[in-house]
Amino acid sequence: MGSVASRLNVRVQNGVTRIEFVDRNILDETNIQQIGEEISRLIEGQVNPKLLICFKGVEHLSSAALGTLITINNRVKAKDGQLRLSDIDPQIYEVFVITKLNKLFHIHETADKALATFT
Amino acid sequence: MSDMSDLPEEKAFVQRRVLRDSEKDPPQVQQDIESQLKSHDFDKDAMWAIRLALEEGIANAFTHGNKRDPKKSVEFYCRIDNTHAVFEVCDEGAGFDPGTVPDPTDEENIEIPSGRGIMLMRAYMDEVSYLTPGNRLRMVYRKK
Repeated sequence: MGSVASRLNVRVQNGVTRIEFVDRNILDETNIQQIGEEISRLIEGQVNPKLLICFKGVEHLSSAALGTLITINNRVKAKDGQLRLSDIDPQIYEVFVITKLNKLFHIHETADKALATFT
Repeated sequence: MSDMSDLPEEKAFVQRRVLRDSEKDPPQVQQDIESQLKSHDFDKDAMWAIRLALEEGIANAFTHGNKRDPKKSVEFYCRIDNTHAVFEVCDEGAGFDPGTVPDPTDEENIEIPSGRGIMLMRAYMDEVSYLTPGNRLRMVYRKK
């Protein structure tokens, strides 16, 4: 078996780890699990992790993906870190509103606006 | 479905299939359904809603119903006509009572990573029910 290709594009910008997704649809459970594991590794490698997850280009998201985001949020909080979400498509944002997760997460219109809120 | 029989049968798309592969089969179902919804003039919002509800319903059947047992399959039925889309998803599990799923929007549950699939199906579809003994999901979308 070869190494599994990353499902994320990651870069560090002014001390913030900025994450984007390779996939347009974040639905498949195996992919979601891989995404969760990759982001968890990024969190583990930092003292007070600062994470921006940018959803640019993401068209579909399942409840399993929401679950993974909640787990990520819990891990970031446990390490006194900060998590921001940005560039969420309006139809996907509605899913956050229905599940009231828009109140749990710090969601910003654009990555630049989100980056400006890290302390 | 007797309540959907007001349109001529030849205008309806009816399909029954057995899903065995939890990764490869759902995208194929989605592709077929999307093309049928388009040809029955369902709009983009309808297609988005139905896609999300099917994604959740089929994933629940494989994950919670069949407990990811590769020997178990999921039965899928759909009927799409010019006014309605009806779907049934049946797993090989013992069934469950959706009333026992805690409200994920309650403050004490908001940080629990599971339990949002049924809520989303209910939000986007006009009817969502689990037929006795609770392993057959039935969902209806009425064209707006």
